[in-house]
Amino acid sequence: MSHAAIEAANAQALQRLFAARPFWTGVRPARELLPQLAEGTVLHAGPPLSWEATCGPLRGALEGALQYEGWAADAASARALLEAGQITLRPCHSVGAVGPMTGVVTPRMPLLVVENREYGNRAYAPLNEGLGRVLRFGANDASVLARLRWLQDVAAPALDAALQRAGGLDLRVLMAQALLMGDELHQRNVAASALVLRALLPHLVRVTPAPEPLAAVVDFLSGNEQFFLNLAMAAAKATLDPAAGIPGCTLVTAMARNGTEFGIRLSALGERWFTAPAPMPQGLYFPGYSAADANPDLGDSAIVETLGLGAFAMAASPAVARFVGLGSFAEARRVTEAMLDITVARSPHFLLPTLDGQGVPTGIDVRKVVETGITPWINTGIAHRQAGIGQIGAGVVQAPLACFVQALEAFAAIWEEEG
Amino acid sequence: MSEYLGCKVFASLYRDSVVLMQVSQQLEALPGVRRAAAMMGTPQNKDLLRAAALLPAEGEQAGANDLLVCVQAESATALAAALQAAAQQLSAPPAASSSGEATAPRTLEGALRHLPDANLACISVPGAYAAYEARKALRHGLNVFLFSDHVPLAAEVALKDLAAQQGVLLMGPDCGTALLNGLPLGFANQVPRGPVGLVSASGTGLQHVLCLLAQQGIGVSQAIGVGGRDLHAQVGGRSMRAALRVLAADPQTHVVVLISKPPDAAVARELAHEAAQLGKPCVWAVLGAPAPPQATLYRVATLAGAAQAAAALARGEPVTKEDLRVSLALPPELVAARACLHPSQRAIRGLYTGGTLAYEALWLLRRWLGRVGSNLDDRSEAAPAAEHLVLDLGAETYTGGRPHPIIDPRPRQQLLRELARQPEVAVVLCDVILGWGAHASPGEALAEAWQEAQAEARAAGRRLVGIATVCGTPGDPQDLAAQCRVLRAQGMAVTLNHVEAVRWAAAIVGAKEAGQTPAPEPAAGEPLPAGLPVATAPARFAALLAAGPRVINLGLERFAASLARFGVPVVHVDWRPPAGGDVRLLRVLERLQ
Repeated sequence: MSHAAIEAANAQALQRLFAARPFWTGVRPARELLPQLAEGTVLHAGPPLSWEATCGPLRGALEGALQYEGWAADAASARALLEAGQITLRPCHSVGAVGPMTGVVTPRMPLLVVENREYGNRAYAPLNEGLGRVLRFGANDASVLARLRWLQDVAAPALDAALQRAGGLDLRVLMAQALLMGDELHQRNVAASALVLRALLPHLVRVTPAPEPLAAVVDFLSGNEQFFLNLAMAAAKATLDPAAGIPGCTLVTAMARNGTEFGIRLSALGERWFTAPAPMPQGLYFPGYSAADANPDLGDSAIVETLGLGAFAMAASPAVARFVGLGSFAEARRVTEAMLDITVARSPHFLLPTLDGQGVPTGIDVRKVVETGITPWINTGIAHRQAGIGQIGAGVVQAPLACFVQALEAFAAIWEEEG
Repeated sequence: MSEYLGCKVFASLYRDSVVLMQVSQQLEALPGVRRAAAMMGTPQNKDLLRAAALLPAEGEQAGANDLLVCVQAESATALAAALQAAAQQLSAPPAASSSGEATAPRTLEGALRHLPDANLACISVPGAYAAYEARKALRHGLNVFLFSDHVPLAAEVALKDLAAQQGVLLMGPDCGTALLNGLPLGFANQVPRGPVGLVSASGTGLQHVLCLLAQQGIGVSQAIGVGGRDLHAQVGGRSMRAALRVLAADPQTHVVVLISKPPDAAVARELAHEAAQLGKPCVWAVLGAPAPPQATLYRVATLAGAAQAAAALARGEPVTKEDLRVSLALPPELVAARACLHPSQRAIRGLYTGGTLAYEALWLLRRWLGRVGSNLDDRSEAAPAAEHLVLDLGAETYTGGRPHPIIDPRPRQQLLRELARQPEVAVVLCDVILGWGAHASPGEALAEAWQEAQAEARAAGRRLVGIATVCGTPGDPQDLAAQCRVLRAQGMAVTLNHVEAVRWAAAIVGAKEAGQTPAPEPAAGEPLPAGLPVATAPARFAALLAAGPRVINLGLERFAASLARFGVPVVHVDWRPPAGGDVRLLRVLERLQ
């Protein structure tokens, strides 16, 4: 096989990425959507790992999730089950899902359903719980579990009904609009969350009994500026999945972290993970916290960067540039431009108003990453290393080069065998 | 009058209203289009379109998140053309920002974003990465000036085949000099434009001929370097043959000069065949090659001879025969210097930064004096011990990974100090290469080292004789007159003609006109059968000459700086070794590209 075959495979992948039309079509219980998610199975973010290798926040989230499901009465018995190997851990990515931070999903949790109407595939993500003490950062007290139950019993059915009435929500268009409004769709989802509320509200008020629970659902949506992050993640996953598994394709189809390891997947190599130790984020800390408190990088949210958003679209979002610790807009622009050196195209949909309407860098080519030594930038929240404390800052992180080197070598080995 | 109404729905495509208004305006400007509107298909927008009688039935299905383009035209053709234009505009990437990117590009591809219509890559990265970068540039359809050396022979052949496929010219590897439309690439002198076109497998050889032509007031159309190994048996003159076709087609070129160090004999024959079919007179300065049988070629043995013959042809004068006899005539300062030599001082040392000048000195000295040692016989070895020695300091043995000695004077300074201690040394021959890209003041650097060497010799009761050939023109950035002055001030004899410098050196150590050993004249080569195919001119190189170079520079920043001085669009790449310099990974990458 030739260089031309690789280029053709990559062109095909790009064509699929750009043709994708992700729609938010529903909110359904995970067990209804995922037959693989049996009783006693828990999904987590990032590449696969054993209980022994889990980080503090993930342990906290797992203990909370077992109580939420009623598999354990308290944290101690939850831990005993986990230590005894009674619980099956598997990555969200292994079932077509993505979860932010710890990414813990259990059978009764509601999942956002995003359907790629061009190819018919679906991707899933849990509902964003909001800020503060939340399961995704490893918090697991009674208030956390109560909010999860409210999401399951009240918010999810209301949102699903509104979506059915709306006939789904076109996420590609909504994300393109939000980029023009200052979001980069990872660290900042203010505009996108507002656009979702605007789109859903006429339907929500017609399908949800008032004043309660309508008021509570509207309070929840309008009080959570990061509500859209999970939708952006599922949209990215639904867009990227059809580009996976193309023989000869050197594009990266997933980047994800489990708090211990950072992993990537390469299109041609399907579901295989290439991992390296998860790096520590660089950024700004909330008052009272410092880098010494931080957990290594965590979450499936880097799927957003895999599609060319988040840090790749940093130039769209001067506000985020400051927040994640970059000094100036010029630096934000440099991040976006550096990503052009490791990608193969610019998106025709996601345009950057600050760069004369040029598209975001799309299609991370493992060859370019290894050649230049430039690895993807990722905008990220910083979790406390102990379970249950939650977010302590935000910043940026660069993917470790070692994953890309391994992936390239594995690709070359298979390529030459077949060639 | 009949009307044609039509629309196109782009599902899930979002553009903001300002962009869409611009699209509408551009569509309305198309011939045969009466009205056009590009809008998101919201109910309000559809109401507007309906009210304006611009919404055909098939447009009704567009939703709020679909982009709707409606056109009213005078003909079905105009309607189809407008809808097609809309699709094109909505999918075309916007023009790059006029302010360019905020950072220097890190890769060739990055540089192409800054300069999308670049037509030449100037590559001077370390040899281990040179072929990798050159291959990428060729793949992108760029002509390549490859200054780097240490590219394996097989890689050179593969690159030159790729260049031919792409219709571009690969100048190099190991290409020191070129002047395209008078603009300097690598090391090049400032010379006037004129009728002489040159192709050369030798950098300093080309520079010396350019300078000697300039002294005679003769200008240059194009000077194309092809790299030191282009006439190797395996490479077969691939680049030189292509370059010759370019000069054959170039209306500015009236006389062609072909310059090379000793080539492969079979390659030389083929080239002679090629050179005879240019339709223009050609000076054959292929040192040490068999005399070509072709009558239209003017064969010369030295660089000075090449300049002399080309100047005569350019003026329409008869070409006079080259004088290669030794002469005992010396300028007065050298007569005085010779008188100070101790009887034990009988040896000549040539310390050359230019490989072809070194070769020419070796060839002349062997002709006039007999045995002369040199590292040119085997570049990988140090020179053997011999009475007279000629060294090419551009060889790896002397550079040891440092920059070329035309940029870095230290290796020669070191050697000068050493030979000042050798009692047999009488005469030191040096070259001083001026021009764009070269050391800022090489004359000064040599003069300082010479002063030290002379002081050291004097301490041992001796005096050395120094002869410098300055290769430069009055237009060069270093100031030719000042460079000559500073050398003379330290007691060196200075000439602009290298044959003269070597002749002086031979005269000082006592070559006798009667006693010279004539080198055997190379035998005439076999005539070639008629009808051999000639090479084709690379189309993209011809386009480069027509449009002027637009350059991406990887490696030595000074080469970008020279071009920028001439107003050439040039983007310098903030280059780093690919794959972090990991050679094993680089091989993996090469196989996948």
